[in-house]
Amino acid sequence: MMLTLYLTWLERKESAVIQDRIGANRASIFGVRIIGLFQPIADAIKMVFKEDFTPSFSKKFLHNTAPLISFLFVAITIAAIPFGDVLRIGRRSIRLQILDINVGLLFILAMLSLGVYGILIGGWASNNKYTIIGGLRGAAQFISYEIALGMALVGIIMVYPSLNLSDIVVYQGGHFFGVLPKWGVFFQPLGCIVFLFAAMAETKRVPFDLPEGESEIIGFFTEYSGLKWGLFMMTDFMEIIVVSCILTTLFFGGWQVAWLAAEGFIFPWGGTWVLSHGVVVFLQVFAFNIKVFFFCWLQILFRWTYPRFRYDQVMDFGWKLLIPLCIANIVITGIVMSI
Amino acid sequence: MIELFLVFLIFGSLGILLILMNKILGPRKTNPKKEKPFECGSPYLQDKVNTLPIKYYLVAVLFLLFDIEVVFFFPWAMIFREMQPKAFIIMFFYIVILLVGFVYAWKKGAFEWER
Repeated sequence: MMLTLYLTWLERKESAVIQDRIGANRASIFGVRIIGLFQPIADAIKMVFKEDFTPSFSKKFLHNTAPLISFLFVAITIAAIPFGDVLRIGRRSIRLQILDINVGLLFILAMLSLGVYGILIGGWASNNKYTIIGGLRGAAQFISYEIALGMALVGIIMVYPSLNLSDIVVYQGGHFFGVLPKWGVFFQPLGCIVFLFAAMAETKRVPFDLPEGESEIIGFFTEYSGLKWGLFMMTDFMEIIVVSCILTTLFFGGWQVAWLAAEGFIFPWGGTWVLSHGVVVFLQVFAFNIKVFFFCWLQILFRWTYPRFRYDQVMDFGWKLLIPLCIANIVITGIVMSI
Repeated sequence: MIELFLVFLIFGSLGILLILMNKILGPRKTNPKKEKPFECGSPYLQDKVNTLPIKYYLVAVLFLLFDIEVVFFFPWAMIFREMQPKAFIIMFFYIVILLVGFVYAWKKGAFEWER
């Protein structure tokens, strides 16, 4: 239990580190600066000592609760994701997943969509015309992509009939012809792509960052300062991690490593490599982290290489392209599985 | 179930702790300029929030409809394997009805954002 909590914390730290560019390398502890690895910590400390400014024209209570809501619901989502298989130390067996709920997938979807309240309340409570435009845009974009997100996941549930995330990962354990791992992406390539784009729109990052477009409206957090603003930003980065985690869990085999069974590697060309239980579990957790890290990196890459869409383009993309694609995906999956 | 509650409690208190920490440790100075809505440094032009285009409302209504449809998909997908030929035929008609609604909304101009 504690281990997994710590893992979540580690994941979040990863997110802060990942966005470091060459620019941030000045923070140091006693003159030691490891390519700016201390920068996120320094940022956090600075943010704590900033003024927590609640403007007099805002709705005070809502203004204070909005960042909390938005932070809480995303943070909870991380808890429902399986990091690894069951770890056995002597007699005890620890499940490397904080919340093992039997409807984990629906739980994650629900929590992600509750996050929209944080944005909307934040925009509304600030009582500034820019923030409310930002909040409404955020809500509109969120709910339009929510549909595509949900529909993209229907295909994967048809293939692996379970809503339990660890079950889904276990289903992805086998291999095609003993070579290709049975990951969801090979069953659902279209669903995977649609999910990636819809999820990126949900995170409100740059190609879809209409709610917080810095150069036109400053966004729903214009009137926030200090750690309350920091919580909104943290939510953003945690959303990236959550999206990467879900993508990994559902489409890229979660903690499954190709050819790695419970006893060790079984290579398709016949060789085996026996490993102890601890090493196997470590490899699985490590593989999960690598995959998540890769998708975080991919999203950061998108964020820094694409210009922002226009508002109507974003909505068109969601409603006119992704939703028909989702329906097509469901129909194709149905036909293929019926044959 | 207790774990779920615990996770809510831990993360909730973490958020509250962070905000409280900031409230206690941060400085508190204010001046009349600061208490005005942000307007890029110039004096602000209007007091109240603008009226907003009704488009957002339409999006919300469409979302409600489609999201309920998505919710119906999930249990169907769960038992898809068990009731193999029947499930697909039933859902095929459902998807057709859904598509008719979708096309109708499209033709009615619900997805025209530039007006």
